[in-house]
Amino acid sequence: MGKRLLLSHGGGGEESNQLIRELFFKHFGNEILLRDEDAAVLHVQNKIAFTTDSFTVSPIFFSGGNIGKLAIVGTVNDLAMMGAKPLYISCGFMIEEGLLYSELEMIVKTMAEELAVSGAKIVCGDTKVVPKGSVDKIFINTSGIGEVQASDISAHNLEEGDAIIVSRDIGRHGATILAQREGIDIDSGLSTDCATLWPMVERLLDQNIIPNAMRDATRGGLAAVLNEWAMTSDICIELEEQSIPISDDVQGLCEIFGFEASDFANEGTFVLAVKSEYAQKTIELLHTFENSKTAAIIGKATTRKKQKVIINTAWGSSRYLDLPKGELLPRIC
Amino acid sequence: MNELKLKDLYDQFRNPKIIKSLAALIEKESIKFKTPLRIMEVCGGHTHTIMKYGLMQILPKNIEFIHGPGCPICIMPKERIDHAIALANIEDAILCTLGDMIRVPGSKSTLAKERARGKDIRPLYSPMDVLKIAKENPDKKIIFFAIGFETTTPMTAAVIDHVLKNNIDNVYFHINHVLVPPAIKAIMDPGKAKINAFIGPSHVSVITGSKIYEPLSQTYQTPIVVSGFEPVDVMEGILMMVRQKNEGRSEVEIEYKRSVTREGNLKAQKMINHYMEPRGHFRWRGIGDIPKSALKLKDEYAMIDAEKVFADVLSNEPIDDHKLCICGMILQGLAKPKDCNVFGKVCTPNNPLGSCMVSDEGACNAYYRYGEIDG
Repeated sequence: MGKRLLLSHGGGGEESNQLIRELFFKHFGNEILLRDEDAAVLHVQNKIAFTTDSFTVSPIFFSGGNIGKLAIVGTVNDLAMMGAKPLYISCGFMIEEGLLYSELEMIVKTMAEELAVSGAKIVCGDTKVVPKGSVDKIFINTSGIGEVQASDISAHNLEEGDAIIVSRDIGRHGATILAQREGIDIDSGLSTDCATLWPMVERLLDQNIIPNAMRDATRGGLAAVLNEWAMTSDICIELEEQSIPISDDVQGLCEIFGFEASDFANEGTFVLAVKSEYAQKTIELLHTFENSKTAAIIGKATTRKKQKVIINTAWGSSRYLDLPKGELLPRIC
Repeated sequence: MNELKLKDLYDQFRNPKIIKSLAALIEKESIKFKTPLRIMEVCGGHTHTIMKYGLMQILPKNIEFIHGPGCPICIMPKERIDHAIALANIEDAILCTLGDMIRVPGSKSTLAKERARGKDIRPLYSPMDVLKIAKENPDKKIIFFAIGFETTTPMTAAVIDHVLKNNIDNVYFHINHVLVPPAIKAIMDPGKAKINAFIGPSHVSVITGSKIYEPLSQTYQTPIVVSGFEPVDVMEGILMMVRQKNEGRSEVEIEYKRSVTREGNLKAQKMINHYMEPRGHFRWRGIGDIPKSALKLKDEYAMIDAEKVFADVLSNEPIDDHKLCICGMILQGLAKPKDCNVFGKVCTPNNPLGSCMVSDEGACNAYYRYGEIDG
């Protein structure tokens, strides 16, 4: 039997202290965190972006990642999408008593590895251990501050003629979690797309490509992002169905269960609206990264039907791409 | 040899060139029509294909679609949804069911709301999961709320078979399996329906064979073409109907030859008939009472029949849809969703007043979501 987290680990006494020093300080250690004050004191020169997100996923370990990776990627990516360089992260753990220490350690190590990708630091944190059944294994909350490098990137700023670009094949995270949670035994190379997006964004900004809008297509997938943009920018978004990159593995799962890849969550895939003259350059830059080598132009902003997203088929018909409904349920037959 | 990719399997059935050339052939033939071809696609899967791929937009105006009653969720009357909710509320029960059943409103609640109140309700990916749940929960009563047309019935029969042969004593079945031919008969018999051709369901026909449509085709003098679910399948099926009309034929034909035979899956049919038999009548939401249109467990299996074991909590009092709902007219091709006064206003997918708005495959729901873009 491996060592497990006990209620006393969150009690503020000796065991808490030991956990903080031997695990969190060891892996997250940096000069601000190690000062061990009641609050972190931060220096920021410019305009900042600030965001928060809570993470719960079942199973907590999945193909290509775990809840820790999600917790870093989720917050860091939200900052990156506003053109902000991720700097400082807070981290709160709510842990169910009985969680294996080795599992927590693996989660923490993954978080440290993922932080290195963007250079962000965990500067404050909190740990609670709650009685069995109060949470499902582990919940993590992270908040983050980033320094804004490019202003005017906003869901309100899409303009007619903007090219709509997706950074890679869609739906991998949602499909991976679904397949693993439901024990769907399909022999495939399916793994999550979970990844830090800052390196791609940084390269684009360095090359003076400032998108009108950027958003990571997390819950609700591509369909949700585009519908939100169409509404907030009062514009129509038209997609060419054949241009949307979808991997065979994801499409296969969709074919079997009647899902749409555009409804599935992503954790390392973002959508950009850029002026059409920058579209080709954007694609070329994205293709230089492993995580965005399937990036594609999938459509454009038009005025055909404002506040709607339309998919055009290759045989000349069209349909609306609607917001996904809350709970994804497989078809019956 | 190159590795076979999944895409290779479906690509030709969604090939734009083939779809366009089928549309051109249909157009050419349809010029000869004196009256429109009004096709009912019986199955919700075909409604989905037609709407998702926008096939109406590439077909001539004198070919119309009437979306049929072939969605097992849409046709479920409220009193039976209430059964599912009542069963989920039995002490120590785990209610298992499929797909959209979770969100369909009954008279007062939905299974999703009951689940949020702490009832153990599980949407399944496969009916066989019932066996696993039963094994993991020996102290609970596992109730499988079985729904679907002839397509899903064999899976329920297979679970029943396993439960009985392995003496598993904590699984019960609430059977709501319905049949296609009696529903078509109920729509056509009053003589008012404006339907003169049918797309036969794909996967129902894999089980039953195409022979079940032969009496219908003869009685109503309509072409019936069993088609697959891909856009090329549907377009080719329509071309076959168009040719039947122009040649004055009314026959059952199979377009979906890669899966469907005249006789069907005899082993599946045998297993169904071993455990189930037609019930006297079943009330279809939007259509009404249809004799012998659904199955029930045979009397000798009363010990696993949730309708009998838990009869004291199940009411069979009919609960009708809202007076303003015109689903019955829509199903007969006498009205379109937009003819309905409540469509898209009071009646929406989140608050369906009638059957056609309930699930993804219902006619009103499909019109609401996919709409007429440039209309």
